[in-house]
Amino acid sequence: MKAFAELLDALSFQPGRNGKLALLTTYLAETPDPDRGWALAALTGELSLRQAKPALVRGLVMERVDETLFALSYEYVGDLAETVALIWPERPGANRVPSVAEVIEQAETTGKSALPALLAGWFDAMTATQRWATIKLMTGALRVGVSARLAKTALAQWAGREADEIEEVWHAVAAPYSDLFAWLEGKGERPDPAHSAAFRPVMLAHALDEDDLERLDPADFRAEWKWDGIRVQVVGESGRLRLYSRTGEEIGAAFPDLLDGPAIEATLDGELLVVREGLVAPFADLQKRLNRKTVTAKLAGSHPAHIRLYDLLVEGGQDLRALPFDTRRGRLEAWHAAHGHPRMDLSPMVPFESWEELAAIRAGATGEAVEGVMLKRGDSAYVPGRPKGPWFKWKFDPHLVDAVLMYAQRGHGKRSSFFSDYTFGVWRDEELVPVGKAYFGFTDEELKQLDAWVRKHAVERFGPVTAVERKLVLEVAFEGLQRSPRHKSGIAMRFPRISRIRWDKPAIEADRIAALEDLLEG
Amino acid sequence: MSPAPNWLKPVPGGLWCEPGGFFVDPTRAVDRAVITHGHADHARAGHGHVLATAQTLAIMEDRYGERAGDNRQAARYGEAVRIGDVTVTLRPAGHVLGSAQAVLEHKGERIVVSGDYKRRRDPTCPAFEPVNCDLFITEATFALPVFRHPDDREEIARLLHTRTVFPERALLVGAYTLGKAQRILCLLREAGYDRPIYTHGSLDAINATYRRFGIDFGDLRPVLETDKADMAGEIVIAPPSTLADRWSRRLPDPVPCFASGWMRVRARARQRAVEVPLVISDHADWDELNRTLDDVGAPHVWVTHGAEEALIHAAMQRGFDARALRLQGYEDDAE
Ligand SMILES: [Zn+2]
Ligand SMILES: [Zn+2]
Repeated sequence: MKAFAELLDALSFQPGRNGKLALLTTYLAETPDPDRGWALAALTGELSLRQAKPALVRGLVMERVDETLFALSYEYVGDLAETVALIWPERPGANRVPSVAEVIEQAETTGKSALPALLAGWFDAMTATQRWATIKLMTGALRVGVSARLAKTALAQWAGREADEIEEVWHAVAAPYSDLFAWLEGKGERPDPAHSAAFRPVMLAHALDEDDLERLDPADFRAEWKWDGIRVQVVGESGRLRLYSRTGEEIGAAFPDLLDGPAIEATLDGELLVVREGLVAPFADLQKRLNRKTVTAKLAGSHPAHIRLYDLLVEGGQDLRALPFDTRRGRLEAWHAAHGHPRMDLSPMVPFESWEELAAIRAGATGEAVEGVMLKRGDSAYVPGRPKGPWFKWKFDPHLVDAVLMYAQRGHGKRSSFFSDYTFGVWRDEELVPVGKAYFGFTDEELKQLDAWVRKHAVERFGPVTAVERKLVLEVAFEGLQRSPRHKSGIAMRFPRISRIRWDKPAIEADRIAALEDLLEG
Repeated sequence: MSPAPNWLKPVPGGLWCEPGGFFVDPTRAVDRAVITHGHADHARAGHGHVLATAQTLAIMEDRYGERAGDNRQAARYGEAVRIGDVTVTLRPAGHVLGSAQAVLEHKGERIVVSGDYKRRRDPTCPAFEPVNCDLFITEATFALPVFRHPDDREEIARLLHTRTVFPERALLVGAYTLGKAQRILCLLREAGYDRPIYTHGSLDAINATYRRFGIDFGDLRPVLETDKADMAGEIVIAPPSTLADRWSRRLPDPVPCFASGWMRVRARARQRAVEVPLVISDHADWDELNRTLDDVGAPHVWVTHGAEEALIHAAMQRGFDARALRLQGYEDDAE
């Protein structure tokens, strides 16, 4: 655990992508098998132990530490796992520090009742950083700012290969990836992704800069809706059917209602949605189905999963990715007509003659869950990654306003110890008037920072609501404004969320109410 | 339990020793002062008479010149000096070069004002010597059980490993100018690091004083005279303020590192946007503070600058008569 704990620690303080890559490649180069393989599994999210709950760890430490001293310490540190890691009374020599492989193996094979003693034995011998890393590993939340894609990119960089070469073989290997490392080090064969219902790296679009439209010929492009679900890939091969997220994570176990249908021999690109009676439900409904290992029949019935198809990549073993989009679309429509799956339908094309016409269609989109319009060149091949030019996403753009944080309120459930609901206002003459309330849009890290800021700058409490010093500027994104006599400001925001924390901006420079009133008229 | 000695009093301006007619570490200019060590919040300018170690006096002269005190008297560790009705003996505190505890004796009672101290080995100063006493005055900078400083050699090893991760970047180590910077220089040399080490100009005078008292740092070079490109992979020691300063722009994509006991807590490291927090402190950690109370065996304990509440709670539970000394003017943050 020594090297892995130091890696997680260093990653957590490393702001830059290149810096993270350097830390990861150094770790891969310096660490022997199988530890680096298990570490890679943890970082790519292939392995999530979720064995220990934070409450278990807290219980263990309370048996060892004076209550008052723990309370004072927790108050100061602000994070439970970190407080436990720091305060744990070490007993050097009582045990030895386990390897990553040992931690994972023993955590998976140890029963619930023996788990506390196992953890305590490790903690006695570990340093604070190692305890912190072990708690992260055991509670299944690494949160060090490394995505699965970044970890694979580091692996590719270390081995002198392309990230997509790693993606191609990824589903033919399993943790701790000894065969993968052997291949990358030139000591073994390439793992064979054929006949394993392998994931094909996904093609992504660039955000459209509206100024670009002048240079683009509408005749070259096809348009379709960008549905507000999650991008997925369905792979049917030799009777096996798999469902992957756009990063190549297998998520089929939570969607038996999709995979139980007729066998297919194709690789399809589409959007995972919840659809009821032909209508796409809001994203929040889909969210209930995500991040689960299994699903109950009840939930599958009330939130039926559905795939809206965008593209056909492989059909009957033939790789279509090099063909033009128009050809693939034709094959997709034919495939769907012949093999129609009850839980899949086609994402309709949106015909248009000019950009003005498309802009009007896009502006008129209401009701169903669409995020905007996709533009795809008719002659574009399906290329992994985000090539510049063939595909664009033309999202609805949110409005932005710089507002001042006025009140904060504690959240619910997981967030109940955090001030996570924020009321913000803009200036009217010399006073601030509240214009909205947001409780998402920030990262976990930003939530911690906001929570700490609120605690430090609280001035008054009204029940669950804490008033804070009028100092912190939040950039708030929102979808629209409505007049509302119920609000002191006279306006209500649609879908406000915190888009950035402007630590740098003085409150006096926040927006004035006039800026919002202009939007109402327009 | 006998009552606590009553001849040393917390007053505005510091700790006043009535029968001796002097203050210990006064926070304003006074006629007569005993100074434990050279940090600016303990050693102020403009006193009439100053008693301190020769090293502390030299540090004060570097900083204050003429205003280091009208009459300066150096005492060796262990040498008894009579001031008024009180015998004053300076004993090593293990904090920085020249740092001392002030051991005060009067009418058969002994009070130890420990100043700032630590119990770890430090290549730049002799180790803390516990002295039995009736009243012990302790700092409490890191008086929470979450503060347990790791082995400083491990921290230095982590710093050196960072060089192999980022060979194109310079390592900019923020360290307090007096004490921490010199200890890190020595620890790097002990770890076998024999490349030149680059230093910020504000360290020059203090480094020279350390050298004068026999501390060797090997090859040190000023940052100013070196090309930016040649600084890749080099270690630079500078005051913490440079981490966020334009000064650091003369280094190639510097890795911000900060050596301080506060770096034990992640939020503190994040606040300063540090990439490599090094938990190296010149103050006693929680275990050292508690062990020291046992070692000096004083029934009465006064706790000053820092997290008094936790240390008093722990000391009372173990039968000490402990109370907070609310002295103003010491920075518990400066580390
Ligand atoms: Zn000091
Ligand atoms: Zn101090």
